[in-house]
Amino acid sequence: MLNLKSIFSLALAATLVTAMPATAEEIIKLATTTSTENSGLLKNLLPKFEAETGYKVQVIATGTGKALKLARQGDVDLVMTHAPAAEAKFVNEGFGILPRGIMENDFVILGPKNDPAKIRGSKTAEEAFAKIAKSGATFISRGDNSGTNMKELIIWKNADIALTFNGYKAVGQGMGKTLLMASELQGYTLSDRGTFVAYKAKLDLAIDYDGGKALANPYQIVLINPEKYPELNHKGARAFSDWLIGAEAQGMINSYKVQGEQLFKATYSE
Amino acid sequence: MNEGWLALIQQALGLLFSLDPDVWSIVSVSFSVSFAALAITLLPSMILGFILAFGRFRGRWFITNMIQTLQSIPTVVIGLLVYLMLTRMGPLGDLRWLFTQKGMILGQMLICAPVLVSMSQAAFTSVDRRAWETSRTLGASWFRSIWTLCRELKVPLLLAIVAGFSRILTEIGCSMMVGGNIADVTRNIPTAIALETSKGDFAQAIALGLVLLILSLVLNFTLGTLRGKAEPRSH
Repeated sequence: MLNLKSIFSLALAATLVTAMPATAEEIIKLATTTSTENSGLLKNLLPKFEAETGYKVQVIATGTGKALKLARQGDVDLVMTHAPAAEAKFVNEGFGILPRGIMENDFVILGPKNDPAKIRGSKTAEEAFAKIAKSGATFISRGDNSGTNMKELIIWKNADIALTFNGYKAVGQGMGKTLLMASELQGYTLSDRGTFVAYKAKLDLAIDYDGGKALANPYQIVLINPEKYPELNHKGARAFSDWLIGAEAQGMINSYKVQGEQLFKATYSE
Repeated sequence: MNEGWLALIQQALGLLFSLDPDVWSIVSVSFSVSFAALAITLLPSMILGFILAFGRFRGRWFITNMIQTLQSIPTVVIGLLVYLMLTRMGPLGDLRWLFTQKGMILGQMLICAPVLVSMSQAAFTSVDRRAWETSRTLGASWFRSIWTLCRELKVPLLLAIVAGFSRILTEIGCSMMVGGNIADVTRNIPTAIALETSKGDFAQAIALGLVLLILSLVLNFTLGTLRGKAEPRSH
């Protein structure tokens, strides 16, 4: 009898069988930030690594805060994030080992094309932020503990500005959504260059301050301490970390472009 | 992991009982937006429900079915619609309501109204038509007759209000899209829970979840009591 119920259970069984990994050993669970995923960089790198080694990398793309939390709880095999202070804490507390800087991109301050707060020509990011706060312009903050959010909070702190001024809006959204909101509200925001390039066509925003070195955004890959969670796929995690710092992957990172712009600069050095 | 759970729930209760300003700001946004949406839609919806139940006119069947359909549309679709209307390029873009409480209220009104209309229509339909006619022939005014009906239908009408209110208080799709989850401005309970979960911070999410849980318990038990009292009279 082929009734609805048996069709359902057949379908379920088929899904389970196809979704099952051949062996657990081959899967590497990587927690990383939305920027590496949204920019398309991982889609570019992973197939090459997988073809060469036979591992399969499953990406969990989330904010830096949550990525490190997942790693702390032993829910993933390794992390790749961009918040040096949080990563140092993660390593110092014995959860992470072997942090390696693999690449960087930079942050930019975006704002309305007519730059109402007149931040163009500012000498530092702090100066630009101070002008935004004083001018009564709107500032859209991601407010989600992401790497970008952490960087932004450090700049406000260095500029000695309390986040109680009127135009400050913490929206608790990913980078793309935050950019759309900033564009709608014609406010300023801090963004990584990659996401901005990817969204540029949809936005009525311009780069009003180009941060250069001071707004560098370094990415690190960190392994999880096997003493904390011996059951994780440490061999695979190590293989991926080793592969990423190799000449081939570093070259691929440098040559990865979106709409003609280079998004990441490979930075690994011994 | 058990210890972790216990600690989380303790933290959540701590946040609630220490009247943590973040938590209460979120709760107050949720309530003020949803109350406003309910208050604006309540009377017109009930009147429409009444007209649909008692009126005999062309298009009644069509309107009734349209409202039933609207009731089952996902809130994200209504969010999308309101977003497109309010975006800078949209027809209502000049209002600058996108990412404001006004925009959220507009969206919630559209979510709430169909529930109120169809449930009050059902309530008014259930009443004996002769009660209305008797009341009218005895010389009672329109207003007075409707008022008599409403008192008769207290429980089903309250049920309609509670259903409408809980639908908008708990919807996330429209609030997230139209409100934008801005801290202290448009961050309500559902969008805050989604955010805290995406950050991996669960204490605040649990605290807010508890507020919703307690509220729905109180509402439903109150209604249960009301219904219990109403039943013997109708038999």
